[in-house]
Amino acid sequence: MSEKKPLLEISNIDTYYGAIHILQQVNLRVDEGELVCLLGGNACGKSTTLKTVLGMVKPKVGKIIFAGQDVTHQNTPARVKLGMAVVPENRRLFAPMTVLENLKIGAYVRGEAAEEDLERVYDLFPKLKERSSQLAGTLSGGEQQMVAVGRALMSHPRLILMDEPSMGLAPKLVEQSFEMIANLHSQGVSMLIVEQNANMALSVADRGYVLQTGRIVLEGEAKELAGHEELRRAYLGR
Amino acid sequence: MSENQVPEELQESAVTEAAKLGIGTDEWVAQHEERIARKKGIKGLPQLINESIPAWARWGVLLLISCAFGAFVDNQYLLRIGVNLGLFVMLSYGLNIVMGYAGLLDLGYVAFYGIGAYGYALMSSEQIGHHWSTWLTVLIIIIGTALLGYIVSLPSRRLFGDYLAIVTLFFGQVFVQLVLASDNITFPWADDYVDITAGANGIPGIDPFSFFGHKFLNIRDYYWLLLVLVALLTIAVSRVNRTRIGRAWRTIREDALAAESMGVMVNRLKTMAFVTGAAIAGLAGAIFAAMQTAVFVSGFDMPLMTMIYAAVILGGSGSLAGAVMGAIVMSVLPEVLRVTNYSEILFLAVLILTLAAVGKSVKRFIFNIVGIAIIGFIVKILLGAASIKTTPTKEWVVGPVSRALSHWMYVPLDRVLWGNSAFVILIVLIAYFTTTTPRIKAILLPIIGYLGIFLWEVRLITDVNTTRQLLIGAMLVVLMITRPQGFLGKARVEVL
Repeated sequence: MSEKKPLLEISNIDTYYGAIHILQQVNLRVDEGELVCLLGGNACGKSTTLKTVLGMVKPKVGKIIFAGQDVTHQNTPARVKLGMAVVPENRRLFAPMTVLENLKIGAYVRGEAAEEDLERVYDLFPKLKERSSQLAGTLSGGEQQMVAVGRALMSHPRLILMDEPSMGLAPKLVEQSFEMIANLHSQGVSMLIVEQNANMALSVADRGYVLQTGRIVLEGEAKELAGHEELRRAYLGR
Repeated sequence: MSENQVPEELQESAVTEAAKLGIGTDEWVAQHEERIARKKGIKGLPQLINESIPAWARWGVLLLISCAFGAFVDNQYLLRIGVNLGLFVMLSYGLNIVMGYAGLLDLGYVAFYGIGAYGYALMSSEQIGHHWSTWLTVLIIIIGTALLGYIVSLPSRRLFGDYLAIVTLFFGQVFVQLVLASDNITFPWADDYVDITAGANGIPGIDPFSFFGHKFLNIRDYYWLLLVLVALLTIAVSRVNRTRIGRAWRTIREDALAAESMGVMVNRLKTMAFVTGAAIAGLAGAIFAAMQTAVFVSGFDMPLMTMIYAAVILGGSGSLAGAVMGAIVMSVLPEVLRVTNYSEILFLAVLILTLAAVGKSVKRFIFNIVGIAIIGFIVKILLGAASIKTTPTKEWVVGPVSRALSHWMYVPLDRVLWGNSAFVILIVLIAYFTTTTPRIKAILLPIIGYLGIFLWEVRLITDVNTTRQLLIGAMLVVLMITRPQGFLGKARVEVL
C-alpha cells in the first residue's frame, strides 16, 4: 500500500548500555494509522527499542525520523511535543495524585488540559469519570490501565507507544486491554506495541517484528507471522 | 456432549459458590470507600477538621486572628513571637515547594536564609559602610539568592534523594564556614587584611527597613509586612500548585522518569523549584536581619534547618495549611514551653492523649488513668512508710496543676537521684514495652505513665530547656507514629 506515509522510521539503530551492545542494526517502521507490534522473549531489547524511540536512551549509531523530522538528537519532552505518547511498562501512574491530575499531566506539553480532551477520554472510559477524584494508586489493575491509556491520549498523540500492556493483569483484563487497543486502532490511532504475549499482540496488529538478542529476525504482516512455523514454536507455545 | 463439559447444575452451583466467596469482585476496590472513611476517635480528628470546614473559611479565620493580633497586641515579646512565626511560615512555604512538591531533599536550604540575612547586613550597616536603599537591597537579595538557587540546582539534575541531600548539606556548611572565615582575608596586593563578615562575632547595627521614607522602627511594622507577604505567598503558591507546573512538580516527586516520558521538562522544573524556594528564603533572611538589627552565622546552621524540616514534615509535606500549622507548632511552642506552668499542662495533655491513642477503647483509657492514680497512692504510702524525706511542696509546685497533684505526688528530697533513677527505669520499661505481649503491655502502660509524671514533677520541671526539647521530640514521635503523613498531609498509597 503505497499511499501510506511512514510516521516513525528508525534505521540502523545501535544502542549500548555502557559497553554492552543491546540493539544491533535495528530497522523499524510504523505507518500512519498502523498498529505494529514488536515481539520477543525476555531481555531481547524490546523495551530498549521503545526507550530509544522515546529518547530515554540515545542510540550510538542510526537515525530516528518521526513525523517527517529527524528526532535522533532531541530529548524526550521534545519528542512528546511532536506527538509521541507512552503507556509505560507497569503503567507507572502517579499514585498519590487523583485520576484527574494523572490525566491532566498527559496534556502537559499542550499547556493546560482542555475540557473536551477530558470528555473524550471519559467517553472512551466512562468508569474514569466516576473515579476522577480518586487517588490513582487505589484503582484496580484494569482501571489503572485505562488511566495510563487515557493519560497518553490527552496529548493528542500521533503515535502511542505501549510497553507490555498485558503485564501484571489477570487473563480477563489482558483480553479487555487488547480489545481497547483494537478499538483505539479502529479509530485511526497509530500504535507501536511491545509485547511478550505474541498471540494476543498478533491478533490485533497489522504488522509485526520479532526481536531476538537485539536483532530483528523476522518481520511481516501479522497474519503471516501468526502462521509462521518457527515463531509458533518459539513464542506461541503451539 | 464432550467429556470435559461440566453439567449445567454443577456449573450453576459453582457460580453461586463463587459469588459467596466474592470471586471475581475486587475487594481492594470494593472497600475503597471504607478505607478512606474517617477513622474514629482522636486519630480521625484532623480529618474531621479538614473536611468539615472549607479551605477559604479556615484561611479567613486565620487571617482575621492574625490581623486582630497585629492590631490589638501591644506586648513587644508577643509581637516578636508573631514576627518569628511569619518568618517561619515563609521558610516552611519555600521548603514545601522544594521538598514537599518537587521532592528534592535540600539540606542546605537554610543557607539561603542566611545569605539573605548576611546580604542585607552587608549592604545596610557599618560593616563595609554601605547604606543602600531598602528597595534596591531587597531586590538584589531576591535576585541573588534565586541565582544561587539556580547554581545549587545544577547538581540536582543528576542526583536523587540522599545523594542530593549530601551535596546540599555540603553547600549549607560551605556557607557557614565561609562566613566564619571571611573576617580575615588577605589579598596579595594589600598589606592589611580585609574583614568582610566579622566571623563569629556577627554584624551588629543593621539598618531597619525603610520604604517611602517610613522607617520600620517598631516591631509591629515587620509583623504587618510579614502578614501581607505570607498572605500573598499563600495565594501565589496555592495557585501555582493547581496549575500544570504544580502538577508537574508532584509528578517529579513521585516518579521523575515517568514524568519525563509524559513530556515534563524535569530539569527545568527542578530548577524552578530550587530558585523559587531560595528566593523566598532569601527575602525572609533580609527581613530577619532588618528586624533583628544584628546577624550571627550560628543562627543559620543545622538546628534551624531541622526545625524547618520538622515544621514541614509535622504539618504534612506538600500541604500549605500543614506548613502553617507546623510553623506554628515549631516556632510558638518552644516559647510557650519556657513557662513551666504551661509546659506542665501541655505535658499532661500529651500524656493523656498518648494514653487515649494507645489504649484505643474508652475502657482501656479509664483503666490506665485509674491505674496511674492507684500506683501514685501506693508509691506515696510506701515511700512515706519508708520515711523518705520529701521536698517541701512550696519548692516544686509551679502552678495550679502541680498544686492539685501535690496531694497525690510524693516528691523525695533528693530529686536528682530519684529523678535519674526513674528516668533509667522508664527507658528500660519503654524498651521492654515495645517487644512484649499485649497482656503485659496493658499492665505496663499505667506504670510507664506514672513514671513519666513522676520524672516530670521530680526532675524535668527544674530544667526548662531540656524539657522543651524532650517534649517537642516526644510530640513528634507520637505524631509520626499515629499519623505518618503529617497532620494535614495526604496518606500515601502504593501502586500495586
